[in-house]
Amino acid sequence: MATGTNRLLGHLGDSVPRLEDPPLITGKGRFVGDINFPDQLHMRIVRSPFAHGTIKSVDTAAAKAHPGVVAVWTSDDIADIPPIDFREGSNPALALFRQYALARDKVRYVGDPVAALFAEDAYTAEDAAELVVINVNELPVLLNADDPPQDFKDGYTTEAALVEQAYGDIENTFANAFKVVELDVKIGRHTGVPLECRGAVGRYDAARDIVELHGAAKVPHRNRETLCRMLDRPASGVHLYEGHTGGGFGIRGELYPEDVLVCAAAMRLDRPVKWIEDRQEHLMAANHSRQQRHIIRAAVAEDGEVLAFDDEIYLDQGGYIRTHGTRVANMTTGTLPGPYRIPNYRAVCHFRLTNKTPAATYRSPGRYETTFVRERLMDKIAVEMDMDPVALRRRNLISLEEMPYWRDLDVLGDSVEHDPGDYAGLLDQGLARVSWDELQAELAQRRDNGELVGAGLSMFFEKSGLGPSDGAKIFVDTTGHIEVVTGGASLGQGFETAMAQICAEDLGTDYRRIRVVHGRTDRIDYGVGAHASRATVLTGSAVSKTALKVREKALEVAAELLQTPAATLDITDGVIHAKDNPTGPSVTLGDVAAALAPAAPTRGDRDPYLAAEEWFNIEHQTYPYGHHIAVVKVDRETGEVKIEKYFIAYDIGRAINPMMIEGQLVGGLAQGIGGALYEEFTYDERGEPLSVTFMDYLLPTLREIPIPEILLTEDFPSIRTPLGIKGAGEAGITGAPAAIASAIDNAIGIPGAVTQMPMTPQRLKKIMDERLG
Amino acid sequence: MIKKMDINLTVNGRSHAVSVAPRKTLADVIREDCGQTGTHLGCEHGICGACTVIVDGAPVRSCLMFGVQADGAEIRTVEGLANGNELHPMQRAFTEHHALQCGYCTPGFLMLATSVLEREPDISDDDLLDVLSSNLCRCTGYVNIIKAVRAAAAEMKEG
Amino acid sequence: MKPAAFDYHRPETVEEAVALLAKYAPEDGRILAGGQSLVPTMAFRLARPGHLVDINGIDALDQIKLDGDALCIGACARHADFHKPVCAGPLGELLARVVRDIAHYPIRMRGTFCGSAAHADPASEWCLVAATLDATMVAVSTSGERLIPAAEFFETIMTTALAEDELLREVRIPTLAHDTHFGFEEFNRRAGDFAIAMALVTFRLEDGLMVDPHIGIGGAEDKPRRIAEAETSLAGKPPADAAFRTAAEVAAAAIDPMEDHTTSAGYRRGLVATLTRRALERASL
Repeated sequence: MATGTNRLLGHLGDSVPRLEDPPLITGKGRFVGDINFPDQLHMRIVRSPFAHGTIKSVDTAAAKAHPGVVAVWTSDDIADIPPIDFREGSNPALALFRQYALARDKVRYVGDPVAALFAEDAYTAEDAAELVVINVNELPVLLNADDPPQDFKDGYTTEAALVEQAYGDIENTFANAFKVVELDVKIGRHTGVPLECRGAVGRYDAARDIVELHGAAKVPHRNRETLCRMLDRPASGVHLYEGHTGGGFGIRGELYPEDVLVCAAAMRLDRPVKWIEDRQEHLMAANHSRQQRHIIRAAVAEDGEVLAFDDEIYLDQGGYIRTHGTRVANMTTGTLPGPYRIPNYRAVCHFRLTNKTPAATYRSPGRYETTFVRERLMDKIAVEMDMDPVALRRRNLISLEEMPYWRDLDVLGDSVEHDPGDYAGLLDQGLARVSWDELQAELAQRRDNGELVGAGLSMFFEKSGLGPSDGAKIFVDTTGHIEVVTGGASLGQGFETAMAQICAEDLGTDYRRIRVVHGRTDRIDYGVGAHASRATVLTGSAVSKTALKVREKALEVAAELLQTPAATLDITDGVIHAKDNPTGPSVTLGDVAAALAPAAPTRGDRDPYLAAEEWFNIEHQTYPYGHHIAVVKVDRETGEVKIEKYFIAYDIGRAINPMMIEGQLVGGLAQGIGGALYEEFTYDERGEPLSVTFMDYLLPTLREIPIPEILLTEDFPSIRTPLGIKGAGEAGITGAPAAIASAIDNAIGIPGAVTQMPMTPQRLKKIMDERLG
Repeated sequence: MIKKMDINLTVNGRSHAVSVAPRKTLADVIREDCGQTGTHLGCEHGICGACTVIVDGAPVRSCLMFGVQADGAEIRTVEGLANGNELHPMQRAFTEHHALQCGYCTPGFLMLATSVLEREPDISDDDLLDVLSSNLCRCTGYVNIIKAVRAAAAEMKEG
Repeated sequence: MKPAAFDYHRPETVEEAVALLAKYAPEDGRILAGGQSLVPTMAFRLARPGHLVDINGIDALDQIKLDGDALCIGACARHADFHKPVCAGPLGELLARVVRDIAHYPIRMRGTFCGSAAHADPASEWCLVAATLDATMVAVSTSGERLIPAAEFFETIMTTALAEDELLREVRIPTLAHDTHFGFEEFNRRAGDFAIAMALVTFRLEDGLMVDPHIGIGGAEDKPRRIAEAETSLAGKPPADAAFRTAAEVAAAAIDPMEDHTTSAGYRRGLVATLTRRALERASL
C-alpha cells in the first residue's frame, strides 16, 4: 500500500493501486464475451471425436437445414486459406505439420476442428452442431512421444524435428568422470487454463474496408501480419482490438483456427461473427504444454563439480505444430544448465507429434520443465556423492566474478549471456531468511516423532526481455494529461500501471494522469505484445526512453518560458520549476504543450506538440534468478501432500510496483503447485481426452495454496535496460515443482522418490508402499 | 418454434421484463437480456464460481439456475455493488490489496464475499476461508483476495 | 455447454407436481429442485430432459421437522439449512458436520438433501447418511405414497428405486440416542471436491463397550451402504485402536471399489481402511 506524499504519484518502486482496476471491480470490463455487434452470427466449431483418422465425409445437410443456421463450412469451403504459419516466420522443414483452420484429409486429435457452423445464437448453434456427422476411417493412435515415431504424411514421420544444442566434449568427460549419475523424469501434460475461455469476434467494416478481430491478445501485431497473409489483405486492411483479457499465461493470443475463421466468415457471410468457446472445448482445444520426458545423466568430479549434462528429451507436441514451431524445444535445450557452470553439455530433443491436443508455450516454457529436471538431478548427485545438496549447488553455481557469463547456447535466437547476479549470495540470504539449519533440525525432530515432513530447495534461472526492439509514442495534452501508446498487450498483469509508473517517474507527474494504450494495431503500427516476461522490460524501456525525450523537450521549452537554464529545472507532480525553488515561478506540462501548439507563437521552429516516439533495442535478454524453498507434510496413508511453508527469493533488478511483482510471484506459484500436485491432461487408450471438465482437471483452490514468504531483492539491476528492470512473470512458477519434489523426498525419507509430475496422492502412496513397506 | 416465457427480474433494483427460453441460464439472461455483462462465465458447470450473483439474499451460481426460475426474484450483481460513485468496501479492499489481476473471477468473488458477510457478519476466519475456497482464481494465487476480504469484513462490521 | 431445450413447469402443489411427472415422465420429464447436480449434467448434454418440473415453488416441501422419533426432511430443504443443527442431540450435530464437506457454500444455498438422494451420485454425502442411518425414503406419485428403506433405495450409480413418475417428497432419519458417538471422514483432492471415499460411523457405549455400531462407506462403491461385517467386528468391543483397525480392515476387504482412469480400486480400498479407522477414532473422542 502506497504511503508518504510522493508515493501517491506512482513512481518507480511505489506499490500503488492499479489503473486497470476501476472497470474490473465494477463489472464494466469488456471481455470478448461482452462484445456484441448488431446482426451478429454465432460460430460453433464441430470437433473431431476421433483421435486419428482419414476424413471420409462430413454430413452437414441436417445442420444446414436446422432453423436459425446460416451456413456450415468444412475445409472445402475455405480451400483458399493456407494453414496457420509460425509466428516467427516460415520454416519449410516444419511446414507440413501446420494446422489448417478446418481439418483437411485427416483428423489428428480429439477436438480437431472439422466444421464451423454459423447460427443466430449460441444455443441454436450448439443444437445444430450436434447434427453434423463426421465420418472417419480410424487410424491407430500414437499417444506417447517416447514410443517409436510413425508416419505423419508424405514420407515425414511424427518426429518432426530433432533439436540439439551442445558445447564442450561430452564423450571424454563421461568416459573419465569420477561418477556418472542418471535420472529419468517426466513432466505431466498441463497448461495455463485461464478463467476466461477463448473467444473472438470478427467483423468486416464495409464502410472502411477493414476486417476487425476483437478479443485479440498477447501478440496483436504479429497476428495481424499472419492474418493479412492468410486472408490476402494489406496491413492497413486488418485491425486487431484487445479489450479486457481474462488471463493468458502464454496460451491465449496465439493465432488459432477459430480466429482465422471468424475473420473469414465475417467477410464472406457479411455479418459480424462471434465465437466463444466453452470450457469443455477449451480443455481439449487450447494449447496444452509441458509434457516432456528427460533421460539425463551427469558426469561429476570427485569434489562435486558437475562436469557435464547429457540429456535425451522426448517432447510431446500433440497433433500439429502451431505458431511456436519448435521454440519450446529450443528453450528447453537452451536453459537446462540454469545457474550452474556445467562446462560440457549436450541436449537432444525429440520433437514428436502425437494424437493429442497441440502443445505450445505456457508460462515459463522450457524453464519450468528443465528446472524440475536439473534440480532433481542435482539432488540425486548430492545423494550419490554423499554431499549436502546446498553445498553441491554452491560448488557449481556461476559466481558473480564470472559475470557476464556467456554460454554457447541459443535461446530464441539470442545467445545465452547471464547478466551479473549473485546466485550464491541470494541463496545465502534465502537460507538465512528461513533459518535453514534450524528448520532442518526442527523437521528432523518432527520426523522422529512420526510426522512425514521435509524441506526442499530449487534454484532457478529465468529469462525475460525478449527483444529485439520495441517503441512507444507519448503525447501530452494541454491539460497535462498524457497518452502513452504502445504495441504491448495486457493479459491482466498490470501492464498499463507499470508503463504509467515508468512514464510518471520520468516525466515527474502523477501516474493517474496517464492513459496507456495497448493491443491496438490501429493506434500503433508495431509491437511485439506481451509474453516471455518482456512487457515491462522491453516496452517499459521504450516508454522510459520516450518519456525522457518528452521531458527533455518540455524542459527546453520551459527554460525559455521561465528564462532559466533547463539544467536547473525539475518537474514535480506535473509542474516544472527551479530545483532550488519548488514554489517559485513555474509552468505545467500542459502549459508547455499549449506553448508548442502549431499556431502558438512560442513554438518557434520546433516541431509542434509535446510528444515523442522512440525505440529501444535490447542486445540480449536478461536472466533473472532466484530460488524456492518448500516445506511439506505427507500423509502416509493417503499420499496427500500439504504445503506447510513456502519461500521465494527473486532478484528483480529494479521493482516498478512491488505489490504487482509479488502478485505475479504468488500467482505463478499457484500454477506451479497446480502442475506439481494437481493438474494433468490424461487420455484413454483411444486418445479420448479424460480431463475436459473442472471436476477432472483440478485447478488449485485457496486451500491448496500456502501464503508464501517473498524476498524480493534489487541487488543487481539488469545491465541490458536503462531502468535495470527484469521481468517478473515467470519466476513464481519455475521453481515450484522441483522444490516440492525435493521436500517430498525429504519428508518420506526416500531420496529421488519423485521423478514425475504431478505427484498425486495415489502415485505417492504407491511409491511409499513399495519402498517403505 | 422456441417457446419463450415472459419473466420479470429485478436486477440491482431495476426491473427487467424479458422473454426467454426456459433453458436459458440465469447467467445468460443477466448478461444478454438484462445487458449486465459484469457477471462472467468461467465453466458453465458450476465449479469456478465466476458467475456468482446474489438471488433473494443468497449467493448462487447463476450458471446453475435457469432464468425462468428467477422470475420475481431480487438479483444483485457486481454492477450494483457501488452506491453511485461510492465503491463498496469490498471493491475498495480488492483494489487496495491488489486482489485482482485479469479481473475475470473478480465479480464472482466480490458477490460471494459480500453476500456471506452480509448473511454472517460474525463468521469465523476459518469459515470465511472455506467460503472463499468456493471460487477459482488463476491469476492471483488467492493470498491478496484473502487479505482484501478480511479487510472489508472488518470495515463492514464497523459500518 | 448450453442445455438442450425443454418445457418448463412450475407446479404450486405436490399433487400438481406428481400429475405433471406422470404425464411427462415418458418424455424424460424430471424434477428440478436445487439443480446443482442436474443442471451441470444438462450443460454437458448428458441429460436432456424434455420437461422440467420445478418444485421450488411448493411451500410445503421446504420443511425440516421432528415427527416422533424421526427427522423429516422435505424435498426442498437446502444443504445450507443444516449448517446449524436442525435438531437437538447428535443427529443435528452429525448433519452439521457432514454438510461442511458438501461442495461449497453457494452450492449449498440451492442444492437439496432430497435432490442429492434422488440423484444418487455415489459420492453424495447425504446418500451415505441416509444409508448409514437407515433412513426411510418417502416417494409420492399419482398412485399415492411409498415408503422405501434406504438400503433398498440406492441401487447403483445414479440409479434409485424411484419409478420415473415418483417424486422423493421426504426423507425420514431416525433420531439418534442422546449418547450416540459419531465420526465422519472424507477424502478428496481439493476442498469441496467429490469424495473419492468417505466413512460415517456411529455407535453407543454400554458399560464401556461399543453397541449398535453403524459403519457406512460412500464414494468407494457404486452406492453407499452399511458394511455389516465391519459392524459385527466392532460390536461389544471397547472403543480402542485394536478394534478400530480390525473394523477398518474388514470394511476395506468387504467392499467392491469402483475404478477409473484416475483412481485404482486398490487405492480406494486403502482409503476406506484409513477413513474408517479415522472416523472411529473421531467418534471416540
